[in-house]
Amino acid sequence: MENLLNIFIKGIFVENMIFAFFLGMCSYLAVSKTLKTSFGLGIAVVFVLVITVPVNFLIENYILKKGALAWLGKGFADVDLSFLSFIVFIAVIAAIVQLVEMVIEKFSPALYNSLGIFLPLIAVNCAILGASLFMQEREYANIAEATAFGAGSGVGWLLAIVGIAAIREKLHYSNVPDPLKGLGITFIITGLMAIAFMGFMGITL
Amino acid sequence: MNNQEKEPLFSARNIKLLTAPLHKDNPITIQVLGICSALAITVKLKPALVMALSVTIVVAISNVVIAALRSYIPDRIRIIVQLVVIATLVIMVDQILKAYAFDVSKQLSVFVGLIITNCILMGRLEAFAMANRPWPSFLDGLGNGAGYGLILVIVAFFRELLGSGTIFGYPVMEKIGIYTTGYENNGMFILPPMALILVGLIIWAQRSKDRSLIEEKQS
Repeated sequence: MENLLNIFIKGIFVENMIFAFFLGMCSYLAVSKTLKTSFGLGIAVVFVLVITVPVNFLIENYILKKGALAWLGKGFADVDLSFLSFIVFIAVIAAIVQLVEMVIEKFSPALYNSLGIFLPLIAVNCAILGASLFMQEREYANIAEATAFGAGSGVGWLLAIVGIAAIREKLHYSNVPDPLKGLGITFIITGLMAIAFMGFMGITL
Repeated sequence: MNNQEKEPLFSARNIKLLTAPLHKDNPITIQVLGICSALAITVKLKPALVMALSVTIVVAISNVVIAALRSYIPDRIRIIVQLVVIATLVIMVDQILKAYAFDVSKQLSVFVGLIITNCILMGRLEAFAMANRPWPSFLDGLGNGAGYGLILVIVAFFRELLGSGTIFGYPVMEKIGIYTTGYENNGMFILPPMALILVGLIIWAQRSKDRSLIEEKQS
C-alpha cells in the first residue's frame, strides 16, 4: 500500500509529466488559455491514463514481452514481440479514447458536453503514450502499481495545466513586452514553475 | 492540375515550402507543434541531432506516403491510417537506432516512441499532405523537420556548453582554460526548467527581430 502511494505521489510531484519530461506540452500550451477548459481537459487526461496504463500493462506482460506468450504453450515461450509495442500501444489508446467517449456520451451527457472536443484530441497527447512507454521501461511489478503510476501522472498533468491556466488568466492584466507575449512568456513561466517543482525532488514516503 | 505537373522540381513555391519552416513558419516557435519530445533530449547535442534527424526522416516519408494515398483514404478513418503509417516508420527508426547507435537510443529512451504522438507529424499530415501532391509534401516534411531540428540544436548547444562545458562531448570550456578563472558549469542547464526558459528566450529573440510574428491581444 505504501509503495502504491509512493508511486502515486512521485508521479504527481517528482516525475511530473510536464515539468520533468515535457510530455503533453502541445495541448498544455494550446488549451491553457482559460481555467475552465483546461480543468476539463485535465480531468479527461486523468480518466484516460487510469484506463490505458493498466490495459497496456496487461498487453505488455501477457502478449508483447519476451517470453510473455509462455501461457500459450511451450512453443511460444521465447517469442519476443516487443518491437510491436509502439503500434499496439497507440492503437489501444486510440480505441480506448473512442470507447471512453461513447461511454461518457451515453451515461453522462453533461460531462460529455463539457469534455466534448477534448476527448478525441487526447489520443495524440504525448502524455498518454508517454505514460505507457514509461510503464514499459520501468517494469512495474503488478497492475496495481501501473494503475497508481497512471493516476499519479494524470493528476500531476492536471495540476500543471490548471496552474498555468490560472496564471495566464492573471497575465491578461500585466504589461508583458510585446515580443514575449503569448507563447514566449508561457514558456518562461512554465520554466519557473518547473524550478518550483524541483523542490519536491527526492521525496519518498 | 496540368500546369502543376509542369512545375519545375525546385520552383519558387517549392523552395518556399522548404525554407519557410526555418524561420517564419517554424514548427516549434510559431506553429507550437512538437514541443513534447523536443525539450527532454536537448541536454546534449548528439542525442538532439539524432532526434532531429529521426523526426525529419519520419515527417518527410510519412508526408509522401499520405500524400500519395490521400485520395484513397476515407475521411472518417484518416487519423487511424495516419497513425499506422507514422507508427510503422517510427518502429523502423527505433530498430535502426537500436542496431547502429545503441548508446544514443538508450539516451533517447521513450522519446523515440513518442515521435508517434509528436504533433508536428499529425499537424503536417492533416494540414499539408492531405491536400497536396507527394513532392511538395516531401519538401514540406523536410523543411519542418529541419525547422524543428534547428531549434533543438540551438537549445542543445547552449545547454551542453553552459551545463557541461562541452560540445559534442569535446571539453571546450576546459581547453579555453576558463575554469582556472573560477568559472563553473551551471548545473541548472542540465535540469528540465532551463530548456523551457531557453525556448522562451529564443521565441523572444525571434519575435523582437521580426515584429510581424508578435501575437496580438493575448496574455
